[in-house]
Amino acid sequence: MAEKKSWRDYMWIISASYITLGFFNILFGWLGLACFFIPLLISVFGGTKSYCNKYCGRGQLLQLLGDKLRLSPYRDIPAWMKSRKFRYGFLVFFMSMFVNMIFVTWLVFSGSRSLEQTVSLLWTFRLPWHWAYSGGVAPGVAQFAFGFYSIMITSTLLGIVTMLLYKPRSWCVYCPMGTMTQAICALKNKNK
Amino acid sequence: MKAKRKKATADKSLCVACGSCAKACPRKAIEIFKGIYAAVREERCVGCGICARICPASVITIIVREAENG
Repeated sequence: MAEKKSWRDYMWIISASYITLGFFNILFGWLGLACFFIPLLISVFGGTKSYCNKYCGRGQLLQLLGDKLRLSPYRDIPAWMKSRKFRYGFLVFFMSMFVNMIFVTWLVFSGSRSLEQTVSLLWTFRLPWHWAYSGGVAPGVAQFAFGFYSIMITSTLLGIVTMLLYKPRSWCVYCPMGTMTQAICALKNKNK
Repeated sequence: MKAKRKKATADKSLCVACGSCAKACPRKAIEIFKGIYAAVREERCVGCGICARICPASVITIIVREAENG
């Protein structure tokens, strides 16, 4: 029996829109901060992973692509990918790259580096993305948008690859936000 | 007489608490305990295996238990 859908089940539309909008105007990249702050705030103040459990648009999108569109083979993820070592290692790596992006943004803000209108894929490949920016804001503001959108595109790509290889929501296993919020919940609920 | 019943069980140490299982469970037999791991409410679970299939970390297994009162 199909259960009645809630508005929460349509968050995938927001995720898909985010990726699409950033293609046309990079300043939409800033909106990705919501995926960073909302789960953290929920875990810090609520002590739950409600964001992952109910609201995560990316998880829903991957589920939709993998299950409804039958793109996922539903294979088991390798043991090393669900090990704490890998999950926390990936979190550290991801956050280091995030800090690096903030540093580059600061350099552009301070004027010691010029705005780079590219989207960096997998932290390595620079794709031209100049059509998505037509000025109007401080170069640093635009640089942050390019940087954050790059992170979002890269993680979406990783999510799609592991969806195609393993299970639809394989990304959730090593998602840095998921790892971080689970650790926060564990710490917060330790003495309860 | 003892009957055999299937139940889902999650490995707490490897669970990532994503909640895919809880969302997929048609009996609402799984909840994410304090954002840490998936907890199965055995009295509700019928061992259908939907959660085990969907679990991205494959930490849910279906076990067969002997139960009283068929």
